[in-house]
Amino acid sequence: MKVDLNLDQVLSDLDAATALDALQNIIERLRDAFGIDHMVYHWVDSGGEQYGCGTYSQAWVQRYIEQSYLRVDPVITGCLQRFHPVDWKRLDWSSKAARAFLRDALEHGVGNQGYSIPIRGPNGQFALFTISHDCDDETWAEFTCLRGRDLILIAHYFNRKALEFEPARKPEQCSALSPREVDTMTLLAMGYNRAQVAETLSISEHTLRVYIESARYKLGALNTTHAIARAMSRGLIVV
Amino acid sequence: MLRYLYANQLNQYPKLASAMFRDRADQFGTRLGWPVEVDHRGEERDCYDRLDPLYVIWERPDGGHGGSMRFLPTTGPVMVNDVFGHLTGGAPITSPLIWECTRFCLARDAGPNVAAALMLAGGEIMQQFGIRHFVGVFDARMVRIYRAIGSSPEVLGSQGEGRERISVGLWEFSREARDRVARRAGIPPDLSRLWFDRAFGGVAPGQSALSA
Repeated sequence: MKVDLNLDQVLSDLDAATALDALQNIIERLRDAFGIDHMVYHWVDSGGEQYGCGTYSQAWVQRYIEQSYLRVDPVITGCLQRFHPVDWKRLDWSSKAARAFLRDALEHGVGNQGYSIPIRGPNGQFALFTISHDCDDETWAEFTCLRGRDLILIAHYFNRKALEFEPARKPEQCSALSPREVDTMTLLAMGYNRAQVAETLSISEHTLRVYIESARYKLGALNTTHAIARAMSRGLIVV
Repeated sequence: MLRYLYANQLNQYPKLASAMFRDRADQFGTRLGWPVEVDHRGEERDCYDRLDPLYVIWERPDGGHGGSMRFLPTTGPVMVNDVFGHLTGGAPITSPLIWECTRFCLARDAGPNVAAALMLAGGEIMQQFGIRHFVGVFDARMVRIYRAIGSSPEVLGSQGEGRERISVGLWEFSREARDRVARRAGIPPDLSRLWFDRAFGGVAPGQSALSA
């Protein structure tokens, strides 16, 4: 599971996507960038509308629908009405139906490890962003520990983009940077280090980290460098 | 023991849940005089309780409520942005890696170990779920309590004076703070982890159905 340096590029392409069709290509590239077997995105809104894309085989997707696995899949029941990331090992696979489902999933190449991120969107929209892989427990624990936060952010960026294509969508309320966030990103872009930025803005480095975290999310970036580049290309900061 | 319960799991613990909402009415309505809504059973709830939050509750040995707090991700509606946005720099604090912690409540006769136990639970959540910060709303009295248990937030902004003072603050995980609150709570880290795993399922290598 190597780390691809082009992750920022894929996220920029996600940001620039103008049609729902583009998401399939992006999720395949994201999966490759993380070096894992599968990555899947699935949304359901309060009206029952569904959309999904991902890298599972067509045979497994078909099988899942035919068998109505939605009803027995512990990942679904374990993530509904939740907002914490769920390692599949934490779920209850003890029922006969769940174990049969698991065997079938393994036979279809889903992998023995999984990590699902529930996402709560506006107006009852709900989405799941899932990665799965075939490896031992230790390798998986190391991977999710190392990349979990990136995946949580990407899951939300993906959902945000998917929501843009919903016809009745309400405008995003929190995409603008606050004056403090603009100041922070501008000073960082000018080459100040964090201590200097904090000092200049008369805030602690602790508080600064929250401004950066929040700005990074609004900009759809995984790291500060990427966030600065994004802010500059969008004309949000001028250096 | 510490219980981690989403709103839709509270019905499995009706007595505990009811006691939590009554202690909230007592703390925020009776003692602090906040304009909170209390129903005919004496229970305090606000609109954020309807958003399926995650509650962390200290359950006493007799099953009663010792203290509690409530979490919601800042990617959705949260009090710090909806009500106290003017205290945090002018635009919403929003990230899936920042959760809001509100309604930090202690029963009248709760000892200082209860507040520490709740903060210990906060540390578990940060570590296990990859959360970088909690942002919270708290009253003047809590400043002393947080300091006493060794987990002081960084204050982003405040309004009001004296007892009326309400602040928005930030917590970040540190191993030192975790060890301090664990000592204050009198809870060994392994026991804390056991309670967490009981709520969310364990991930002990080699014991899962998935690797069987």
